[in-house]
Amino acid sequence: MKPKNQRLALVSSAIVAVLVAVLLAMWGLRERASYFYTPTEILAGKAEVNRSARLGGLVQRGSVVRDKDGLTTAFLVTDGKNSVLVSYRGILPDLFREGSGVVAEGRLAPAEHLNQIFVADQILAKHDERYMPPELGNLAAEHKAGKTLEK
Amino acid sequence: MIAETGLAALWLAAGLAAYQFLLMVLALRSDIVVTRPMRAVAVVQGVLTLVAFAMLLLVFARSDMSVALVFENSNSAKPFIYKVAGAWGNHEGSMLMWVTILAIAGAFVALFSRRTGERTLVAALGSQAVLALGFYAFLLIASNPFARLWPPPPDGQGLNPLLQDPGLAFHPPTLYLGYVGLSVAFSFAVGALLTGEVDARLARAMRPWVLGAWILLTLGITAGSYWAYYELGWGGYWFWDPVENASLMPWLAATALLHSINVLAARGALKAWTMMLAVIAFSMSMVGTFLVRSGILTSVHAFAIDPERGTFLLALLAVYVGAAFILFALRGATLKEGAPFELVSRESGLVVNNLLLTVILGIVFVGTLYPLFVEALIGEKLSVGAPYFNAVAGPLALLLAMLVGIGPLLTWRSNRRPVLGRLKVPALLGAAALVFTVILAPRMGLLPRLGFIVAAFLVAASILPLVSRNPLRAPLATWGMVLAHFGIAVALTGMAANAAFSSERLAIARPGETLGVGPWQVELIGVTPTAGKNWTANEAELRASRGSGAVTLAPESRYYSDPPTETNESAIRTFWDGQLYTVVGKGDPSGAWQLRLWWKPFVTLIWAGGALVAFGGALALLGRLLSFLRRRRSEPDWRRRYA
Repeated sequence: MKPKNQRLALVSSAIVAVLVAVLLAMWGLRERASYFYTPTEILAGKAEVNRSARLGGLVQRGSVVRDKDGLTTAFLVTDGKNSVLVSYRGILPDLFREGSGVVAEGRLAPAEHLNQIFVADQILAKHDERYMPPELGNLAAEHKAGKTLEK
Repeated sequence: MIAETGLAALWLAAGLAAYQFLLMVLALRSDIVVTRPMRAVAVVQGVLTLVAFAMLLLVFARSDMSVALVFENSNSAKPFIYKVAGAWGNHEGSMLMWVTILAIAGAFVALFSRRTGERTLVAALGSQAVLALGFYAFLLIASNPFARLWPPPPDGQGLNPLLQDPGLAFHPPTLYLGYVGLSVAFSFAVGALLTGEVDARLARAMRPWVLGAWILLTLGITAGSYWAYYELGWGGYWFWDPVENASLMPWLAATALLHSINVLAARGALKAWTMMLAVIAFSMSMVGTFLVRSGILTSVHAFAIDPERGTFLLALLAVYVGAAFILFALRGATLKEGAPFELVSRESGLVVNNLLLTVILGIVFVGTLYPLFVEALIGEKLSVGAPYFNAVAGPLALLLAMLVGIGPLLTWRSNRRPVLGRLKVPALLGAAALVFTVILAPRMGLLPRLGFIVAAFLVAASILPLVSRNPLRAPLATWGMVLAHFGIAVALTGMAANAAFSSERLAIARPGETLGVGPWQVELIGVTPTAGKNWTANEAELRASRGSGAVTLAPESRYYSDPPTETNESAIRTFWDGQLYTVVGKGDPSGAWQLRLWWKPFVTLIWAGGALVAFGGALALLGRLLSFLRRRRSEPDWRRRYA
């Protein structure tokens, strides 16, 4: 190849590579990004059923119940206005506590008897005891001030 | 006095960095030779930052609570090693460590680099000084690590037990060394673009730095992956967490740079290309530092609430990267074109490697930053995780791994060796892997199956460069390349085996009950309360057996009192063919305990492969250094050339 053509080939291949990367990424993101919801948004019907999503809020005090099988835990996640029932089968992570912030990763199960259950595959543990889902800015402030969240 | 000494050293170093920059401007605008003062200033600047960092270590070691940073991040009850490690386990300290490594790297360049032209060396040191200057300003204006508190509080606040972990203490420094090694490549690229001396000599001067940085990044990523694996108790080795991606992106760019720099060093080709990659590699280091240090990952809002740090870092990033890109745009086109090569040649193979790595880097970059952009622009929150990265980047990575087996067989300039004939054995192994996986596990997923096939191909193909010659006579760099490529095949095998054959069991058990997982029978013997220095725990005793013989494992769930924290300490047993991974959860009043068990066949190959890759890099580096020393001895006048 002549040097000039070689430079042209290199430059165009680099541009094509970047374009391919962006197009692939855009295509992948359309299908595979999962959205974050608060309990109020879930109740307003914003989340699609059976699509991977995240739910964030505070674990409502006194709501944590262990199922008879010993492995499934159910609890209410609240944003102060509304709450959604979350069910999780597995060992709860290190920083899971009543009244603390939590992010559940999973999907919204099809509604039965008007109850919406969020089935979590993963309860996210942040390695920071001061962690609070940022979307709950005001609640976090109340929580820090020591107020309890009882509805 | 200690803290004040540190602060003074930092101010002096900043002053010297500014002086170093002025020297560069002077040298480039006239013909004044400033090499000697430049070298001296760079060395003294390195020593001063080292003094500042040593002072910080000292106040942490002595638990001097009158220093705000110590008060916030340490406690006199901490074990000594974590007191010291606490010095860089926080924002200010880690930024000081960053600039210390940066300045010391500059000092090393000043002391030892004799390969490039003098003007390029001066320009590179000037660029390094500008990089350091930004971080000095950051430390001195926005995050002084030596600020005092009055009156000194009785004791500190930093006792978080989760942070008292050897992985967390030594992981960041490894990555920082890698990041900063890339800063030297960046400075050399900027210097060479300023002087126009982009040639093989420059590539040889840059190469050890790129190689060293790449080795440390490889080690850092491998160690970080193992840390997440045993510490989080989720059984996974990579979570596509933004913090992990922050270390992966510089690694991808450094890998591309490492390969293109060899083209520049051996053939004088890919000049502009390599300079661009050097700029991108350090940009990714800055992006990584920004992601981890700005707080933007917790939330775009947290970033907006406490904007000082994040904005400063973002501005530095924009200025450095923007300036480098502008310089590249102005000078890149004026570079003389390098030596020509044919479409099928070693050079082309490395170009394809670079293109694939660039595409993968782009995919990871967009996926990592997309949630931040969407939240900042539209206010919607979303997350991007494994489903995206695996599906979009995974197939490309496999394609790349496949080409890793072929590229090294090509010859420079135009291929003169029949390559397909030599690939018979690897191709047969790949086909055998296909047949075996179809027979043994017909329902295996597509990616793991392809993983096995590519790994089988690469295991054999990667050692071919040693086969056709006397292996003992092959240069160390060739051995290093072969080992690193072989390591990729090893890691790939581990990933595929983990994805295809892991078995998991989640159940509750009472003492005396037995659970099966994979080939193992695991019996819960009992759960006993134990206690440590600042924690109490429930320790489970498990006896696992398959066929003959039994091993015991003791996973714990710990409760720390201050601050109240619970952690699950997994217990892992390693065998030649895999790992048994156990976690104990909560008990219930009836005496039953939650247990989560995994049998992960050949999972250890993932980290063994990563270590092999790094070791291969280290061999190559050693080979280059040895041949450099040999050449230096045979040229007794090397000292006179530049003095």
